[in-house]
Amino acid sequence: MADNELIKSNGNSNHSARLADALITPVIKFSGYSAILFVGMIFYFLWSEGFAALREVPLSVLFSQRWYPIEAYYGILPLIGGSLLVTLGAAIFAVPIGLSTAIYISEIAPDWMRGLLKPIIEILGGLPSVVLGFLGILVLSPFLRQGLNLPTGLTALAGSLLLGLIAVPTIVSIAEDALDAVPASYRDAALALGANRWQTIWRVTLPAARSGVLTAVMLGVGRSIGETMTVMMVTGNAAVMPSGLRALLEPVRTMTATIAAEMGEVAKGSTHYQVLFFIGIILFLISLVVNVTASLLIYRKTKRSERILS
Amino acid sequence: MKAATTQRQRIQTLSFSLLTLVTALVVLLIFSLLIYIFWQGASAISAEFLFGFPTDGMRAGGILPAIVGTLYLTLGTAIFSVPLGLGAAIYLAEYAPENTWTRLIRIAITNLSGIPSVVYGLFGLGLFVLFLNFGTSILAGALTLSIMTLPVIISTAEEALRAVPQSFRVVSISLGGTRWQTIRKIVLPQALPGIMTGVILGLERAAGETAPILFTVAAFFLPRLPTSPMDATMALPYHLFVISTQVPGMKLEIQFGTALVLLVFVLSMNLVASLVRARARKRRQW
Amino acid sequence: MDKIIIEGLSVNYSDGTESLREINLRIPANQITVLFGPAGGGKSTLLRTLNRLNDLADVQHAQGRVLLDGVDIMAKQADVLGLRRKVGMVFARPVVLPFSIRRNVLFGLELAGERDPQILAQTLQESLRQAVLWDEVKDRLDDPAFALSGGQQQRLCLARSLAQHPEIILLDEPTSGLDPISTSKVESSLQQLKQDYTIVLVPHSVQQAARTADLAAFFLQGELVEVAPGEAMFTNPRDKRTRDYIEGRFG
Repeated sequence: MADNELIKSNGNSNHSARLADALITPVIKFSGYSAILFVGMIFYFLWSEGFAALREVPLSVLFSQRWYPIEAYYGILPLIGGSLLVTLGAAIFAVPIGLSTAIYISEIAPDWMRGLLKPIIEILGGLPSVVLGFLGILVLSPFLRQGLNLPTGLTALAGSLLLGLIAVPTIVSIAEDALDAVPASYRDAALALGANRWQTIWRVTLPAARSGVLTAVMLGVGRSIGETMTVMMVTGNAAVMPSGLRALLEPVRTMTATIAAEMGEVAKGSTHYQVLFFIGIILFLISLVVNVTASLLIYRKTKRSERILS
Repeated sequence: MKAATTQRQRIQTLSFSLLTLVTALVVLLIFSLLIYIFWQGASAISAEFLFGFPTDGMRAGGILPAIVGTLYLTLGTAIFSVPLGLGAAIYLAEYAPENTWTRLIRIAITNLSGIPSVVYGLFGLGLFVLFLNFGTSILAGALTLSIMTLPVIISTAEEALRAVPQSFRVVSISLGGTRWQTIRKIVLPQALPGIMTGVILGLERAAGETAPILFTVAAFFLPRLPTSPMDATMALPYHLFVISTQVPGMKLEIQFGTALVLLVFVLSMNLVASLVRARARKRRQW
Repeated sequence: MDKIIIEGLSVNYSDGTESLREINLRIPANQITVLFGPAGGGKSTLLRTLNRLNDLADVQHAQGRVLLDGVDIMAKQADVLGLRRKVGMVFARPVVLPFSIRRNVLFGLELAGERDPQILAQTLQESLRQAVLWDEVKDRLDDPAFALSGGQQQRLCLARSLAQHPEIILLDEPTSGLDPISTSKVESSLQQLKQDYTIVLVPHSVQQAARTADLAAFFLQGELVEVAPGEAMFTNPRDKRTRDYIEGRFG
């Protein structure tokens, strides 16, 4: 009967489905764990080339203030200082602007506008950094030079402005998501108590989205520290230890730009080469700390005690 | 009481105006950037520019090798990062138990997403160019870019997979389906638009990156097309960097033209991703 | 003749909640067996043990034997996929897959690799007729299943289970979201179906239990309190707790 035929064919193809399942599962598991593999590999390769720098170059020299590799001066402090200065400047620009825009999009803009604004900000986020650096050289730095009467426009300030611009989309999208996630009941409760919309945003919504906003800022800043091309093109690349606020108007050099600019000219295995890898290790560790802290902030423990079937 | 309210209203009006202004300025800035590049670069665009080779030390002629190089790199990145990234996303969304190992995987992914692009360049140099002896090649560059693109693909794909209602899976299992059948027949097809959006956005970033390809694939001046994955090649982002900083006497027009081509390449991917997302939202049955 | 024999079944979830305690129950073939009782009694858990769907949930500990035609389905080497084809399930909320009506009904066969167009067409019509849905959808089999109403979707789910020619059909509060007309359509189709299938039903009300049960089992907090033929159970229950529940003193 048709029934019996059915049951027979069930049994046969059961095998191929089971076989496929058995073959695919280890492949998928491996893909899942590959992320750990890659992080390990990256750290290993950085470490294997960069650790030697600690042997070749005494720590006192490594952490001195003179970076002049040609004469074996490998002080990386000016580079760290350069990165910090430019990043700090970027944060000063990006955080207020990014948060303002995020608040506007999430709380004030009408729905139709929100649908337009988000893709536009995303466009900014997708712009290649080399294009921004390019515009920085041609437009921003002459503008700074003339406007602020400086010997050159290729300064930390130029870098900060552009990095700030790059960080804004990251801050906007994460902060906007965080603000959006605040339950409507919070807002409704505040409004019912007589608060106007601004008070609700400032005193209720924003504090409630605190951890998400903080994450947004951290990730935005993290992106700034790691930015390479833009800073390489507009910060002037002078490895001088920045001192005081006026340093913003002077050329600096970041860690990232140093690696990018000098890697092409070093001999493999030379001390210079090893120190550059060492700088890479520092960058890797900084990004590790920033990103893992940010992700722990938004990590909420959800226990799988809800049975899947209910 | 009334005075206090008016004052609060004034603060609100002020704050709202300020926020609106800031946002408007940001939007204005973005448009100005785009329009400026289009305006300055449009005149350089011609058939010769797009399909010709650079001449006169790159000061004239076309940028075909750079365009082709970027296309190959993007393709290569897709080939490596999409299967691996999708596999990892499927693992996280469908298989992974809630334990320490899984948390480690997630931390690793977060870590990968934050590593500076130039550090990826160093890694690519160390592993692919030197250790594995691929030399400065499209292969080395694509592999480096792939690892960099993985976190983006994994997170968007995982989100897309998780969005598919759990009840679908339960039905499939109760009918005697295996886990892979359930994923293949129901979950993946339903999550596909979201996954594609993530892939396109990830590839968009890979296409625009310079630092990872600086030491792994990019050639300064290679006026012929690459013929194998082991060849070095020019690439659009690197080319723009070079002609705007390393080549004296470079015509502004050509620089802007190159920037324009790169911009169009990247933005069109952005557009496609948005379209995919919008269409999926409309057609979704759940 | 007993289709399913449950011996000493105990199930605990990983968060420590005990769901079933030492259940002994015989489910006769070709009858409607009803598992009823207040919420949290373990009825759904028992149902899901019968097609091993519990494997998907956080079950920490499952003991005992469940014999289906004499074969223990709880054994380690049991053929779970085959079991799930023999035992069909209809859920409380109709879960319709994002496909056409046709593909929904035939999905079980698709999973099993059945490709013969004749068998497919035949099964499609048979199952939809048995679920009392054929006349309403026969002209739009390729329309998306989501376009159907709630009651139609639930009957579609029933058709989907029937298409696999299972031997047993489990229904977990299948009419809870449905209007009275759809509910009675489902209940009357069950009466037809029991001639060919063994039916285990968790009703959503005591009244439904009374209407449909050939055999009724009362569950209270994981314990099987009483088993009796339908008429006897609802006119003269022996245990006091059963009586209190049926008469509505708690619930």
